[in-house]
Amino acid sequence: MVISHLIKKQTYFDSVTLMLIGSQVKKLPGIDSTVVGMCTDYNIDSLKRLSMYQSAFDGLTPNDLIICVKAADKQTADAGIAEVEKRLASRKQPSGSAELPPSSQEEAASRLPEANMVVISVPGEYAAREAEQALNNGRHVMLFSDNVSIEEELKLKTLGVSKELLVMGPDCGTAIINGTPLAFANAVRSGDIGIVAASGTGLQEVTSTIHRLGCGITQAIGVGGRDLSEKIGGKMTLLATRALAEDPATKVIVMLSKPPAESVLKTLYAELKNVGKKIVIYFIGADPKAIEAQGFIAAHNLEDAAIKACDLSTGKSHNSEMSEDQIKKAAASSKMNGKHLRGLYSGGTLCDEAQRLLLPVIGEISSNTPVKGCKEMPDVYKSSGHCIIDLGDDNFTRGKAHPMIDPAYRSERMLQEIADPDVGLIIFDVVLGYGSHLDMAGEMVAAIEEGRKKSGRKPLLAACICGTREDPQNYAQQQKILEDAGIKVFPTNVAMVSFARHCLERNK
Amino acid sequence: MLIDIQQANANAIAAIQASQPVLKGIGTALEVVPGMKKNLILHAGPPITWERMSGPLRGAVMGALIYEGLANTPEEAEKLAATDKIEYSPWHEHDGVGPMAGVGTASMPVWILEEQKGGRKTFCTLNEGLGKVLRYGAYSEEVITRLKWMETVLAPVLKAAIPLAPEINLKNMIAQALQMGDEVHNRNKAATSLLIRELAPAIVKTSFPEADKARVLEFMHSNDHFFLNLSMPAAKMMLQAAEWIEGSTIVTTMCRNGTDFGIRVAGLKERWFTGQAQIVKGLLFPGFSEEDCNPDIGDSAITETCGLGGFSMAAAPAIVKFVGGTVNDAMNFTRKMYEITDGESQAFQIPNMEFRGSPLGINLLKVCEKNLLPQINTGIAHKKAGVGQVGAGLVNPPLKCFEDALEAYVEKYCKDE
Amino acid sequence: MLKDFFGKKVKVINLGIASFAEDLRKQGVETIHTDWRPPAGGNKKIQALLDKVASWQSKVKSAKGAR
Repeated sequence: MVISHLIKKQTYFDSVTLMLIGSQVKKLPGIDSTVVGMCTDYNIDSLKRLSMYQSAFDGLTPNDLIICVKAADKQTADAGIAEVEKRLASRKQPSGSAELPPSSQEEAASRLPEANMVVISVPGEYAAREAEQALNNGRHVMLFSDNVSIEEELKLKTLGVSKELLVMGPDCGTAIINGTPLAFANAVRSGDIGIVAASGTGLQEVTSTIHRLGCGITQAIGVGGRDLSEKIGGKMTLLATRALAEDPATKVIVMLSKPPAESVLKTLYAELKNVGKKIVIYFIGADPKAIEAQGFIAAHNLEDAAIKACDLSTGKSHNSEMSEDQIKKAAASSKMNGKHLRGLYSGGTLCDEAQRLLLPVIGEISSNTPVKGCKEMPDVYKSSGHCIIDLGDDNFTRGKAHPMIDPAYRSERMLQEIADPDVGLIIFDVVLGYGSHLDMAGEMVAAIEEGRKKSGRKPLLAACICGTREDPQNYAQQQKILEDAGIKVFPTNVAMVSFARHCLERNK
Repeated sequence: MLIDIQQANANAIAAIQASQPVLKGIGTALEVVPGMKKNLILHAGPPITWERMSGPLRGAVMGALIYEGLANTPEEAEKLAATDKIEYSPWHEHDGVGPMAGVGTASMPVWILEEQKGGRKTFCTLNEGLGKVLRYGAYSEEVITRLKWMETVLAPVLKAAIPLAPEINLKNMIAQALQMGDEVHNRNKAATSLLIRELAPAIVKTSFPEADKARVLEFMHSNDHFFLNLSMPAAKMMLQAAEWIEGSTIVTTMCRNGTDFGIRVAGLKERWFTGQAQIVKGLLFPGFSEEDCNPDIGDSAITETCGLGGFSMAAAPAIVKFVGGTVNDAMNFTRKMYEITDGESQAFQIPNMEFRGSPLGINLLKVCEKNLLPQINTGIAHKKAGVGQVGAGLVNPPLKCFEDALEAYVEKYCKDE
Repeated sequence: MLKDFFGKKVKVINLGIASFAEDLRKQGVETIHTDWRPPAGGNKKIQALLDKVASWQSKVKSAKGAR
């Protein structure tokens, strides 16, 4: 093996761009590994771990770019470097002007002073500072970055609340504000349902389903996963809820979250009781009866939350897009030729939902992000038994782009699962919308067909598409690609999981 | 303190833009340079003591002492230089600038520039030419002889000619030169030609021996960098207009003495912020290697401080042959400098950027915020006294200068935030 | 009030992942993407000094505006 490297000092690119390019070049023939990244402690560790660290990297800073390629021979390694450079150079800058783009928030603000929203996806250690600057300048914040401390979050949200400005995050992947999808979000028509959510894919699933059922939204406000913790006290949730309560366009409010901390719940319920509009609450994993006892409408799952919201919006009753009978029929004509289920999810909330709905049926499920009652996987890279995995979780995304953007690892894992003789059924989500890969179905099918060919095995496959026909991907085409490959396609995670349940019950 | 930095900087840049440096005449240093003394040696860069001086500067000091008659031999000069009989001070603290070692002493003739609307003056010695010259630390008899000739023939002829010529507005001359492929730091050919053109008829009209007038014209003509010793004090005149505007973060001085790099900031009156002078990276003349190079030296970075030199590289594509790279690289160097400056020059326009004004007004805060250092392109001196120029290339100031300046700025203006 | 923001056209400054800005552009949202890099080259001490200056200037501008 030969290692070639190239250092570009004082040359900064965002981590996603670099990881994607590294991942693409790694696929080229003869290339064993690539590390394309800024010289951060994390990347230095990666280089050392891969035995690719070069003494030339000593003394470099996080502002210096390292391109390092390991290949069978020098010619291939050098070609790999050249390929990375080519892709970096041809990366189109979104700013169409001949002028150099601004390099700071301040400069950007001076060029677009009417900006009212700052979307922040810079490394966590810098994110809070940028968010604070945005708020001090009277702008709302979408804080996609994670690795922001809870103390920083508290400071930002306190500031945001005092100025009636949104602080959506940290670690907030999805929002739709004034009809504008931000980060990973779907194209959803406008209507009269307002949503406050502490969950990214949960919000995507609910908003997409609302759209497909013919209704629409006013706002889909993400508040970040820790907002309803004791320390943060639900600051953004309360701010958003009050605003939706006063918003004449919003008729129905949906609240999606993990169960809030006890101390926050009391204040939250009191606030919600003052809203004076219909409210649907889905506290993932909580007992719906406890919520109903408070006088609110409780949803049982994400699909149900969307249906109930639409019912309240129109005054009419809505049905699931796929009936239980249709799902049963699909299961009846499907045979599992292996004992176990594997779930390969890119959306964390969908992964959780699958675990919760299947645990009563299967009894023993392991996961890298186990919900109550499920087991922790001893080795996240090796599945055994019934296994439902969140591939977007930290242990898989260190140094790699999120599976919704880059299907590389999920494809690799799919091959592994198909080859496993214990596996009878594999389920996975295909999340459409802005920010997501433009042809996830194509990528997954390519991996599946390769897996089938290599192993000679054909486990049952089912997918759910989270999205709408207005999304940048072509929903109908994505569906067709999956169906043509013999994969059963479902409109929601709940429907797909129901199918899995029926298959597993038949298989007992 | 209620100071609006944006406003203070705008005022600073407006003052710089309004300055009109004009060539007034020639004088003897002792008579015209403020604070000049018989035993004072003015030099390029921030303050420095003999012990810390690099090869070229030491050699220049020794040569100057011999020239002034204060020592008879290099050995005597070296001994004398180390005593407290000889004082040293930066040109910048005496309204002047000096290229490379930049040594100036009492008997030397200096250009006198004046602000057109009266008042301030700036000074610089006359450029000796290339090769074995004082400013590269040479101190041989040939050097001294040439310095004497400049004192006794060159200076008097030019002194007499200048009043006979039309008024030379140096800012305009520089602006024209910029549109002819010069950046008036590393490339001065067009500007030198323009200067000779303006002065030649006047020189002819003076009553000196024909041979002397001819020699003067030949001397100027033989030195493509003759104009550098005018572009530098012109830039100094402009930047001085912003000194010392309260609260302004505009950098008014960048200079090096061969050991240290020094900067000064408009809102931090007369304070020096220094760091280690860097090694220039570029093309070396055949036979020389990086070990031969002296660290960055000279007051010529005053040109970059004023939007010329490296900041106007886009106007001087010929430079790229020395600094390596393509014409597009030269353009990009200029483009990058807009990120750390607050304004654009009205006078100095760059033709192949649609006559956009060059980046003017280096903002200390932007340099620190973006970790982006001013780009200087400059000549490289051999580290041994008297060998001469060994190449040319690109160099930056050390970040430390700007970090220290920022710390001092916060201490002065807003430490309780 | 936050509710007064509802219904307004969203105009975005994007810091970080370039594709977010590209997607917004595709939808006709006025967006400016920033070629963001760690401030002060990642030097926390310098960042803190710059923050002091920014904080001071923020106060100065408010005071001036109030006049």
